[in-house]
This record gives sequence, structure tokens and C-alpha cells, in this order.
Amino acid sequence: MSKELYIINGEVVFPDKIKRLDIRIKDDINVDFEESFQIPKNAKVIDAKGLHVFHGFVDMHTHLREPGQTSKETIATGCKSAVAGGFTTICCMPNTKPVLDNVPLIEFVKQRAKETNLAGVFPIGCITKGQEGKELAPIGSMLKAGAIAFSDDGKPIENGGLMKNALEYAKSFDALLISHPEDKSIAKDGVVNEGYNASVAGLKGISRVAEESMIARDILLAETVGTKIHIAHVSTKGGVEIIRNAKARGVAVTCETCPHYFSATDVEILDYNTNAKMNPPLREESDRLAIIEGLKDGTIDCIATDHAPHTEDDKAVEFDLAPFGITGLETAFSLCITYLVKPGYIDLIALNKLLSLNSIKILNFIKLADFTICDINAKVTVDTSKHFSKSKNTFFNGRKLTGQVKYTIVDGEIKYSMRD
Amino acid sequence: MKKDLLGLKDISASEIELILDTAAEMKKLFSKKGKKSNLLEGQTVSTLFFENSTRTRLSFETASNFLGAHFMAISASTSSVSKGETFIDTGKNLDAILIDAIVIRHPMGGAPHLLAKNVKASVINGGDGTSEHPTQALLDFLTMREKFSKIKGLKVVLCGDIKFSRVARSNIWGLLKLGAEVTVCAPYTLLPKGMEDFGVKVELNPAKAIANADVIMGLRIQSERQNMGVFPSVGEYAKFFSITEEVIKKAKAEKAIIMHPGPANRGVEMSGEVLDSKNSVVLEQVTNGVAVRMAVLKLLLEARARGVKS
Repeated sequence: MSKELYIINGEVVFPDKIKRLDIRIKDDINVDFEESFQIPKNAKVIDAKGLHVFHGFVDMHTHLREPGQTSKETIATGCKSAVAGGFTTICCMPNTKPVLDNVPLIEFVKQRAKETNLAGVFPIGCITKGQEGKELAPIGSMLKAGAIAFSDDGKPIENGGLMKNALEYAKSFDALLISHPEDKSIAKDGVVNEGYNASVAGLKGISRVAEESMIARDILLAETVGTKIHIAHVSTKGGVEIIRNAKARGVAVTCETCPHYFSATDVEILDYNTNAKMNPPLREESDRLAIIEGLKDGTIDCIATDHAPHTEDDKAVEFDLAPFGITGLETAFSLCITYLVKPGYIDLIALNKLLSLNSIKILNFIKLADFTICDINAKVTVDTSKHFSKSKNTFFNGRKLTGQVKYTIVDGEIKYSMRD
Repeated sequence: MKKDLLGLKDISASEIELILDTAAEMKKLFSKKGKKSNLLEGQTVSTLFFENSTRTRLSFETASNFLGAHFMAISASTSSVSKGETFIDTGKNLDAILIDAIVIRHPMGGAPHLLAKNVKASVINGGDGTSEHPTQALLDFLTMREKFSKIKGLKVVLCGDIKFSRVARSNIWGLLKLGAEVTVCAPYTLLPKGMEDFGVKVELNPAKAIANADVIMGLRIQSERQNMGVFPSVGEYAKFFSITEEVIKKAKAEKAIIMHPGPANRGVEMSGEVLDSKNSVVLEQVTNGVAVRMAVLKLLLEARARGVKS
């Protein structure tokens, strides 16, 4: 990096306090906080007056679609979308085409991300070869090549014995497995939450127990093996309770939820809006409130987007045929402010942990010079036509929200600044 | 009226009444021998069916002919859909060849809504997935109204596959709007989740369910459900849930009329005796189907001509 960057007059969000401080970033590891600095003449300065400075957001669950489905997203457009949403680090899921189940593909993703030079990208490798749930993928080698964790996201590992082996093998390398908790024999060909609204719409339901039974199984497996596990996209009240109980008895389980699970319910599907179709599906109000409770009491460790881009053509089909998924990188922060902070459920210190610090702890990496500078009071209307993601598939389009990302700083460099 | 009829969930009681009143007039019209009308002369009605159906298609065809409209039938297997064309593109093409009303039947819920958003033609839902089949429910209502003069206060019992039935959904929405009392009777595997929240009564014992009923409606039990683990066999289903003469006697429900949207699975949801009994109005339902579809075509195409949008 060329020169020092100063962020002045901002309210800096620390793990234990919020304080008005100036920040001097010399490079990617030298960061200082002071009441004020003597600022050299030619230094870059961001005046963050009235703004909050968070640690750079981390998304543990992003789909970048490259290689293979670059009409939906590329690593470059996904990274643009990430920094526009305040995410300085994203972890991309391996269900690309082909899937990331070998060292060359892990290296390919890292290389592309490096060329893009926006957000930090950590690839997640497959647990099983081809995500087929039959043989283990080279977890050790992919870890060495830079994979940050392992998951067959999108496909659960149905064979419990294989999942147990995967956990034991991963434990040998202290590698983290991420469970996509879904029992397909229960979920079957369901497309929305099983419940009143599914019955009203005449759409096939996915029972909560499809998610909950798999959360329970994977927690018990990790507990038995004596290793850690991370549960992806928790969406149900029962799921939160199972994880809360497991944590209370000392299981090394962590989990994430996604903004749509605390911001919306399955009433969104009543007009067959395919942009409200994702897996797990939007649940009911009691689940939404339980997710918020889990975020409040620490049962849920972090907020991940499950950013799942699909083209307009992909989604402009019959509801049953539409792919699951919603974009999330560029709406996450506003949804957090609107549905968690504004109603008083959590404060900004907690939000900083949920969007950043806790994920960093789970994934065990260090990034000192990553910051996201936000206006927590800005009124915004979601406009997907202005989004950087190649895809626009979110039912939040047009929604009036509060909170806006103004600057995103990765390794001491400004990677995004909002144009007013 | 809007230009489309997608379901009874989203239309008002007065709109339903208007359709039924119009259907009664239509019935007078076609009951006169050889009397055809030219109300929809120069208009084109097309069915676009992604599922097999003979009864509904023929009913719409007859209704269109009676109104003087040009009719054509497109089935998905013969259309470009089988060549990979998207559903929306198919609809837009029908629009482009100036079809005025599209009657769509589709195995997936919500497909008519998607079509209606993308075409200028009137869209009539001829059955979508397990969601709705509004014209079937409307012909059921016309039949009930003919028998009882009004629907308000009637006790209507639906027996059989409620969960996978679009006819059940449309009947429930409409009947509740019109002030009827609705009871459903089926094992839990054939009841949709949240059934009570619809405002209907759930009764698992068929004799109890049909006590004091004015209308008993059977809904087809598909033997394929057996393979899905929904019930052990049609025999076991029938043993506990079938509406038979014996059950009707036990419930003292001899006055109730017997309805069925067809095709009936005799001896499963209802016994053959019951379906053929003097109280059965099953074939009147079919005739009323033509009247209701004439009414719907007339009202929607008039609304469309006035420029009313979906």
C-alpha cells in the first residue's frame, strides 16, 4: 500500500465499548487508535463524523458460482458485491461446477480472488468427493492449499457413519466442518416451510424437523468424536434450542443464521415470489423470534448471508422449478440494523461480533486492518438495479430499511466508498 | 371482476355470487334446445394443459362453443414446452397470436399467477398443483345453491384426500366466504398442516363428521399415495374413512346430497352405492360446470374488454 490511511471522527466499535477515536492504518498489520493524530499533508483521510467504524464484516457463507455458473455471479462480481455490503472477508461454498473438492480448484479460487483484489476470499472445500457423500475429499491437502473449512453445503451428508469419519479425520488437522443440516428423506421435494402458509399456497412443505434432526445428529456426532462443528443457516426455533442445549453441556458447536430468517416469515411466499424461495425456507413468526433470541443470548454465533445468486431467467419459472436462494451481501447490514438494532434486540457491540469478530474466532484468522464504516441512521430503499452482484434475486427489493455501508477497508486500502 | 380467475382465495363473496348468478342465466340459455349465443363471437379461448384432463377441457370447450367463441386446446406434450421453451415464453406466444383467454392446468401451484403476470390474455386457473381449482368449486356452489337456494348456513363435509386436493382448497375458501360451515374428514397424513387455521372443523370419525350434514363431498383417494407411505392400503383407508350407506345411516345423514368432483374411486372415498344413490348430484355437477365456465369466460372477457387488469 502506498500511504497511510486515517479514519477520523468516527465512533469506533470495539468488543467491549464504542468510543470516538481516530484510526491510523499504516499497513495491513500496523493499526493505531488515538484521540487524534498529527495527520501528514498527503495522507488519505476518511472523515467518519456521525458514522460508526466496525471491524470488517466476515461472511462465512457465500456462493460465488465460479467456476461453472458465471452467468449468476463471478468471483469478481461477488467480491464487488461483498465490499459494497461491508464484507471484507467472505468464505465461498464449494458447490460450484465443478465442486471445490481438490487442491487445484482451491488454488484457482484464491488466484481469482487475488486478481480481483477486493474482499479477502477463503474457499471452503468439500467434505466428500463430488459432494456425493460417499468418499472423503482430500481435506488435509485442501486445508494446506488454503481452504478455511469444509462443507458439502447444499447437500447434507446422509450417511451418518461417513459424517462421523469426516469429523474424526478433520479433527486430525483441527479442520472445521460446516454442516448443511437437512434430512432429505424428511424434506423430500418440499419448496417452502411446512405450515399454514404452505397449505394456503398449495406448495409442498419442508418440515422443521428435516433441519432439526440433522442439527441434532451432527452435534451428537461432533460430541462423540470430541471435535468442533459449525451449523449453517439455522432457521427454526427447535434448531436454536438444540444448539443452546449442546452449548450448555460443552459441545464445541457454533452456528450461523442469515438475515432473512430474522427479518421475514413465510408470508412472503403467498404470491409465489420465487425470490422468497430459499433453503432452509422462511419459517414462521415464532421461529423468527427464536432466532432473534438466539442472537441475543449468544446461542447463534454469527450472521452469514448465504448469498445465493441466480439469474432472472433462473427465477422466472414455476415456483416448484425455481432454484433455492436469495442474494444477501448488499442487504445484510441494513437488515441487521432494521430488524435487530432498531427494535432494541441487540446493540452495535453485539452486532460487530455477529457480523465480524465471532466468525473470525470460529475460522481462526487475523485481519487487523479491515474496517467497515457505516451510517446506522441512513434511510435506504433496497434497489437491486444498483447492486453490484450479477444477480438480483431478493424479495427485499423495494423494502425501506435503515443503515448503510459507506466505506469498506480491506488490509488498509479503501475497496468501496459509497457514491452519494 | 378482474381479467383473471386465479383462485377463490383472493376474490370476494360478491364476485362469487355474481359468477353464480351469471351461471344460472347461462344455464337457462343452453337449456333451451339448440340455443347458442354469440356473446363471445370473434374471441378465442385456449386451454393450455400441462396435466391430463378430459372433463375440464371438454367442459371449457363446450362453454366456449355455446358462447360462440373460437376454441383450441394445447397440451404441453405437443407444444414447444417439451422442446425446452420456458413457461413464460409459451404464454407470451399465446398472447402474440391473439388468444383472448387462456385456461391453464399445471401440476405446480402458482403457475397461473405467473402466467397472468406475463400475458395480456385473461387467465383462468383450470387447476394448479395442490393450490386451487376455482371453476370446480364454483360449479359445486352452483349445484348446492340449486338444491338449497342458498349456501349460507349449509354444513358441508369434505371427505378424502384434502392435503393434495386443489378442489378442497377452492371449496374451503369459497364456502367460508359464502357463510357455510365446513368440516374435513381424513387421516392426518391427508390433511394439510394448519387446517384448523383455515376456519374449518377437523373430524377424524366419518360418522361424526357427516352428522347433520347438508352436503357430503368425496375427494379422490389416489392409490399412488400408498407408495408415499401416506396410508397402508386403499383397503385400510376405506375401512376407517370411506363414506358408505352404513356410515350415512349411523350418522342419520340421509338427507345430505352427495357430491364428487370426479374422477371417483368407487369403494374408496365413497362407496358405489352412495355415489349412485338418489341423493347423488354428481352428474348435475358436470352439467353445471359448463354453465359456470360460460359465466367465467363471459365475465372475465368483458372485464378485459373494459381494460381491467389482473
